[in-house]
Amino acid sequence: MTSHSLSESQTEQFLTFELAGEAYGIEILKVQEIRGWEPVRKLPNTPDFVKGALNLRGSIVPIIDLRERFHMPKVEYTPTTVVIVMCLETETTGAAVMGIVADAVSDVLDINLADIKEAPNLGSKINTHYMRGMYVSKNGMVMLLDVDKLLNPEEFIDIIELQ
Amino acid sequence: MAIDMAQFHQVFFEESFEGLDAMESGLLNLDLGDVNADDINTIFRAAHSIKGGSGTFGFTSVSDFTHVMETLLDEMRDGRRQVTRPAVDVLLGSVDCLRDMLRAIQNGGEIDRTSVAEHKAALDGVVNGTHDMAREFPAESEHVGADTTMMTTMEEPAASEMQIVGWSIAFSPHLNLLKTGNDPVRMFRELAMLGELTSTVDMQGVPDIYDLDPEECHLSWKLKVLGDIASTEIDEVFDWVEDDCDLAKQAIYSAVAEPAPLAVTEQTQILKPASIEPITIPTVAQPTAAEKEPKKEESKTSASKASSSIRVDTGKIDTLINMVGELVITQSMLSLIGEHFELNKLDQLKNGLSQLERHTRELQESVMNIRMLPISFVFSRFPRLAHDISSKLGKKIELKLVGENTEVDKTVVELLSDPLVHLVRNSLDHGIEMPELRRAAGKPETGTVILKAYHRGGNIVIEVSDDGKGLDKDKLRAKAIEKGLIAEDAILSDKQCFELIFMPGFSTAEKLTDISGRGVGMDVVRRNIQALGGNIEIISELGKGSTMAIHLPLTLAILDGQSIAVGDETYILPLGSIIESLNIKEDRVNRVVGKGETFLLRGEYLPIIRIHEIFNVPKPKATKLTDGLLVVVEGQGIRCGLFIDDLLGQQQVVIKSLEANYRRVEGVSAATILGDGSVALILDIPGLVRLANQ
Repeated sequence: MTSHSLSESQTEQFLTFELAGEAYGIEILKVQEIRGWEPVRKLPNTPDFVKGALNLRGSIVPIIDLRERFHMPKVEYTPTTVVIVMCLETETTGAAVMGIVADAVSDVLDINLADIKEAPNLGSKINTHYMRGMYVSKNGMVMLLDVDKLLNPEEFIDIIELQ
Repeated sequence: MAIDMAQFHQVFFEESFEGLDAMESGLLNLDLGDVNADDINTIFRAAHSIKGGSGTFGFTSVSDFTHVMETLLDEMRDGRRQVTRPAVDVLLGSVDCLRDMLRAIQNGGEIDRTSVAEHKAALDGVVNGTHDMAREFPAESEHVGADTTMMTTMEEPAASEMQIVGWSIAFSPHLNLLKTGNDPVRMFRELAMLGELTSTVDMQGVPDIYDLDPEECHLSWKLKVLGDIASTEIDEVFDWVEDDCDLAKQAIYSAVAEPAPLAVTEQTQILKPASIEPITIPTVAQPTAAEKEPKKEESKTSASKASSSIRVDTGKIDTLINMVGELVITQSMLSLIGEHFELNKLDQLKNGLSQLERHTRELQESVMNIRMLPISFVFSRFPRLAHDISSKLGKKIELKLVGENTEVDKTVVELLSDPLVHLVRNSLDHGIEMPELRRAAGKPETGTVILKAYHRGGNIVIEVSDDGKGLDKDKLRAKAIEKGLIAEDAILSDKQCFELIFMPGFSTAEKLTDISGRGVGMDVVRRNIQALGGNIEIISELGKGSTMAIHLPLTLAILDGQSIAVGDETYILPLGSIIESLNIKEDRVNRVVGKGETFLLRGEYLPIIRIHEIFNVPKPKATKLTDGLLVVVEGQGIRCGLFIDDLLGQQQVVIKSLEANYRRVEGVSAATILGDGSVALILDIPGLVRLANQ
């Protein structure tokens, strides 16, 4: 569960997207823009889920494939494949811009913070470390991601070292 | 017709300051034992052109002063005079003095006459063979503020002591004045700007209406301008009509200081006094206080404009012009499509638009490049600083500059100079020990301070390192505890200990010297650098020396790059790191088990690094060494051969940091954006070698 102060009426907007048939949500305030997939420049000696870097109006933005990050089966990128560009707060570099590849963008949900449930440790494909919690909507369950932790480049190092 | 000579002043000042810099570095580089006539000549030429320029613009005090310097230099050049240390010091002092004078004139301030007189006396002393005048120089700071009460003009020291309250001018144009395109009315307006103007016209010369040629000027005037105006200012107004008129001007002195007759005759240049019967006409322009104000402001703004000018490499401007050319072509192409637009031209339109986008971006980037200056703009002042400090403290110091051509944004250059001066002073003053101490410590007597600038990982790194005594952790710690900056039982790592010096109110200097330990502290240095988005790092070893490394992120930095192809990827190699490219013969290659491949080049075994292997590039075109190219590169003393598919083109690339949004990638120093908008990685040679060794 997050340490956010929970007041009954406090709501936040989340952007939900699809990944291998499951719904995930990220805070909409972190989202900078949504783009279609376009070829990127590969970065050598980085984990496979770092697809490469993109020129986003003059700044170099790394693109991360969440499917591969979560060890889901890879798919071919199609015209509907989207890149969600997000502005993150990291401890080391301050604000950083990164893009994540998702199958499709679905919806924007107004979620009352009190309705966010703690993520169950079992049954989820993702380590709860990277999750803010879960939300049950009309259409099913949405996993809310903590993108600041999920996309922290320093965490990638550990992964590289593990490999 | 007066053209505004002031518009050329800026150029003159810039050139003069450059000349002074040249003189300074020339003087510092003089090898006293073996003086090269060419070196003296360079200094002499610089002095000569300053003298010429200042004479042209009427800065007589400057030209007089330079003249004495020139005399001395001339004698040195002809070998009539020995080049001695005191003489060089006097010349260096004069360079400073000259710089102050020019700066004073440029800013419309007052020349420090006592300082000028002293330096001049010292120069005269050397010229006349009096020795050791240099020692009689009081420190420069003592001159500051001296004699500000003295009313100063740019020239004529004799006249300046008397209050000039105005000028009376007799102006009789020749008949052809109007035909040469000059207009008296404009000149009078100009005069009216200087002070209160009264004009009396003499119409006696006007012929009968039947004989009158309207293009001839038959009038003459008697003018009176009141105000504190320099003689040159009057001359400036009449500069262009000098040959087309008879002009006489005479200074009007205030009643208090009755003019000495001698001074008057000096001041008056009567060419042909006009005898006239005056008819009074209204003044051409009635200058009010309000009108005078803007004039003053104007001169102020021009001064600030001056300081923000920039010298740009013509190459950069040429690129800019080319880009604008391309932009114009694209624009005309687009408007052609737009004129008769049909749906089947959609592709063309799209192409055109993307071209337009690319050109605009390139244009933007090249405009940014204009702001890039080599760091030598900051570095160049340090040899003098080192020279002054070492002679003042009796230390032997050698200053080395490395990477002076590294390009940095102009703002960074400007903001960096103060912190750097502070760091270098620290190194010179506190870092390097006295010769005896150095000898006792088994080090060479001459201490070395190295100033180094280079690009790394989208950062520019500027290092100030010395081989002096280094930072004493225990001393720093004790001092911090004593000052109450840290708790007595605080546990600090080495790095934290060193960083104590950045705390406000921390100074370990045992005594304050006028070189360092005065006012600005290291905390200000760090704050300035952080304000630029950078950080500063200390590496120090007691007894061995310290290095201060300033890291500045530099999205604007540019680099000459060579693009290379490996598989489908394009990488950029810094052009400076490439030694040569060659096709390799199989018999030159040695394979060492477990150690990779080497090849023999002119008696040297160089390791081969296959880019496609260490970067896991799929589908390289060349996998056999004989199929591809080997680029011999060097980085930080390491030489190796990079095996690639092909060389593409050379281009200047704008360095974009990968770290801003991601993290360091080994083997890659930064990224850049190619002309087609795609990203390319800039290779880091030492990083590649490390990767290959893994």
